[in-house]
Amino acid sequence: MHLTEALKDADRIMSICNACRYCEGHCAVFPAMEKRLEFNPADLNYLANLCHNCGSCYHHCQYADPHEFDVNVPKTFSKVRTESYGEYAWPPVMKGIYKKNGYWVAGIGSAAVIGFTVLTSMIVGGAAFFSPNPEGFYGIMPHNVMAGIFGFVAIFALFALFMGIARFWSAIGLPSPLGLKRAEILQAIHDALTLKYMGGGNSDGCTYPDEKPSKWRRRFHHMTFYGFMLCFAATSAGTIMHYLAGLHAPYDFTSLPKILGSLGGIGLLIGPAGLLWLKGKADDRVKDENTTSMDIAFLVLLFMVSLTGFALVFLGGTSLLGLALTVHLGFVATFFLTVPYGKFTHGFYRLVALIAHAYEEKNGKALPVKTETKMAA
Amino acid sequence: MREEIEGRTFDVLVIGGGHAGLTAAVCAAEKGATVCVLEGAPHTHRGGNSRHTRNLRAMHDAPTDVLTDAYPEQEYWEDLLRVTKGKTNEQLARMAIRGSSESVAWLQDHGVHFQPALGGTLHLGRTNAFFMGGGKAVMNALYRSARDLGVVVAYDAPVKDLDFQDGFFQSATVESKEGTYVAKAKTLVASAGGFEANLEWLEEAWGPTAKNFLIRGTPYNRGDLLKTLLACGAQQIGDPKQCHAVAIDGRAPKFDGGIVTRVDCVSLGIVVNVNGERFYDEGEDFWPKRYAIWGRLVAGQPEQLAHVIIDKKSEGMFMPPVFKPEVADTIPELAAKIGVPVETLEQTVSDFNAAVVDGAFNHTELDDCHTEGLAVNKTHWARTIDKPPFRAFSLRPGITFTYLGVGVNERAQMLMDDGKPSANVFAAGEIMAGNVLGEGYLAGIGMTIGGVFGRIAGKEAARHALN
Repeated sequence: MHLTEALKDADRIMSICNACRYCEGHCAVFPAMEKRLEFNPADLNYLANLCHNCGSCYHHCQYADPHEFDVNVPKTFSKVRTESYGEYAWPPVMKGIYKKNGYWVAGIGSAAVIGFTVLTSMIVGGAAFFSPNPEGFYGIMPHNVMAGIFGFVAIFALFALFMGIARFWSAIGLPSPLGLKRAEILQAIHDALTLKYMGGGNSDGCTYPDEKPSKWRRRFHHMTFYGFMLCFAATSAGTIMHYLAGLHAPYDFTSLPKILGSLGGIGLLIGPAGLLWLKGKADDRVKDENTTSMDIAFLVLLFMVSLTGFALVFLGGTSLLGLALTVHLGFVATFFLTVPYGKFTHGFYRLVALIAHAYEEKNGKALPVKTETKMAA
Repeated sequence: MREEIEGRTFDVLVIGGGHAGLTAAVCAAEKGATVCVLEGAPHTHRGGNSRHTRNLRAMHDAPTDVLTDAYPEQEYWEDLLRVTKGKTNEQLARMAIRGSSESVAWLQDHGVHFQPALGGTLHLGRTNAFFMGGGKAVMNALYRSARDLGVVVAYDAPVKDLDFQDGFFQSATVESKEGTYVAKAKTLVASAGGFEANLEWLEEAWGPTAKNFLIRGTPYNRGDLLKTLLACGAQQIGDPKQCHAVAIDGRAPKFDGGIVTRVDCVSLGIVVNVNGERFYDEGEDFWPKRYAIWGRLVAGQPEQLAHVIIDKKSEGMFMPPVFKPEVADTIPELAAKIGVPVETLEQTVSDFNAAVVDGAFNHTELDDCHTEGLAVNKTHWARTIDKPPFRAFSLRPGITFTYLGVGVNERAQMLMDDGKPSANVFAAGEIMAGNVLGEGYLAGIGMTIGGVFGRIAGKEAARHALN
């Protein structure tokens, strides 16, 4: 594995932290660090993905800038983490997309919105595209076409995502999933769903966006994640109603897909907006530029998916239906396409890291990293 | 900040913004006093030595959320008596011990978090409560509490002089980047610590050897206020040579290396001076009980430099150090790398190896591995140094804090030369720790003294000012 500047710096910092250990109560990173005497790239990729960037260890560090040791775990691990998504990305040629990821996502997004709009208006004709449609949006784009396009993209995205996660899983030395205990998986899922380590290890919350503990980042992240899950549930409910019950969209406001989708959509407006706001206020010293670009693109994308989804609902009976539909589909398609190549991956890498942590805690020792990834002395 | 201070008369002026000073400031403000804190360091280095601390030693009669078992007053007192060899003021010491039973809760009420009782790498969960995130997290929380109470804090604001008449404090002269100005207050809390970072003063006390000392805290702990108070007729407590000094890695930075500069393998190997000779029993007792004497031991060696040498058998048995050791496959090679006479070191090692009496090595207890017949025997954990690679870590004295201070009474009032208390000056923290610690050290007691006397000083100062 190529030894990047970020990995070298992370190795240097971890050997300082490992001699100090004042932060061991803040999160899972430090207990995991304490199980190691040296830090290979795969160890560092694991620790970086265990880090939730809560900032506590930076603001509490006696060796932070301007100290000559210049210890900055959140920023360095942000760099390493984002590089790790590229390192394990599938196919490997996609590694570069994690550099300046924000520009890539913005580019794909623009192309998708324009592409959907231009192609759809050409196919259905300008007049029909800009008129109210008695059949709703399936009158503009038939259900099977829409399901076909998104089904294909989704299958590819999920496969690429799975491959990346599997490569990470194996690199950090986790045994086959069948070799894990249920308790370890459940512990990891619990820690992920509650964002346990975005809490600073105490009841006041993490030190984000500044030195003062706050619970707001965790709250906004919960709104984002659970908002997304509700939207996912809405889509699933719609799919079941369409194929099994023969009930076709558009649905009533009191129907299951609409209720779940509306609640989720609200979460996906407030959550990402709140996270963007906090990110704007956060101390630059704990932010890695490359990671920030990826984060902003993802948050804006989620916000736009939700916003254009609501626009589609409210403009459904007007002559703007066609445009609202293609813009929304453009953002949704961008979301699907970037599932394996953007911030979306972080949740899965973190879950794997949390599983590894639960496994290590259970066994009381560090996982054996792959030998070919060992750092040259 | 100057315009917020100049021309105003505060109820309480706190000089020195560490744990003791901020505790006093918060307590005084909670009593309704107007408070100003003058901190000599910039914002990034605020908090004096407190920013490097890890825990505080707290008396408790039953397990708490952050302390296991019990640590009763009598045991605490006996521990203190033992390390100080009786050089302590029993009345003040017992006040600190009793007061420490409230310290954890007081800090928790002011935004400080502790590690759960069962964590902690040093396994001191019974006697010491560990700060989550360390001392800088404590200081961040106390500065937030102070700000919320309206306390005025000036950073980069060292005090160069005091207007002090007949034991009565009038005002302080601040020499900051904003120029020289005067801060007035009805009472003063002196909490600006010792003189551990003042190289000239250290040299006065220790002689030229002090040049080779490393300072574990920031360069701002210069003892200017202590010097001024002594010049104003305050009662001097302690000996300028008494301090908390440990042996740290010789490659540590001159200032502010803090905790990570420690070397934890002395008891596993042998320690030689620059002449390649051993000079003290490396295995006398467990390292946490002995690390604090090694600063003094190394200070007494030529060039104030020593080297601890271990072989492969000790690898991975101690906390990983920050500074990489010198590594060699033979003793002569190692001697050349660390600049010690080759023949002497070879002789020292072979004499040591020949004197080792085999036993059952166990680093978690005082085992029976020892040497016999040497001028300086190693009494525990003695194993031959013969399995390459050999590693060497250099050692130098690292000063944590000095004990010279001003006398205080049970109300934290500073005493004058004649033994009478000053009417409106109170002292807390390292600047008066010498009242309790005549010599020796008990892990975490510095924060105990700072907290207890900080609370007393703050309350007493506010009461005096508001009456």
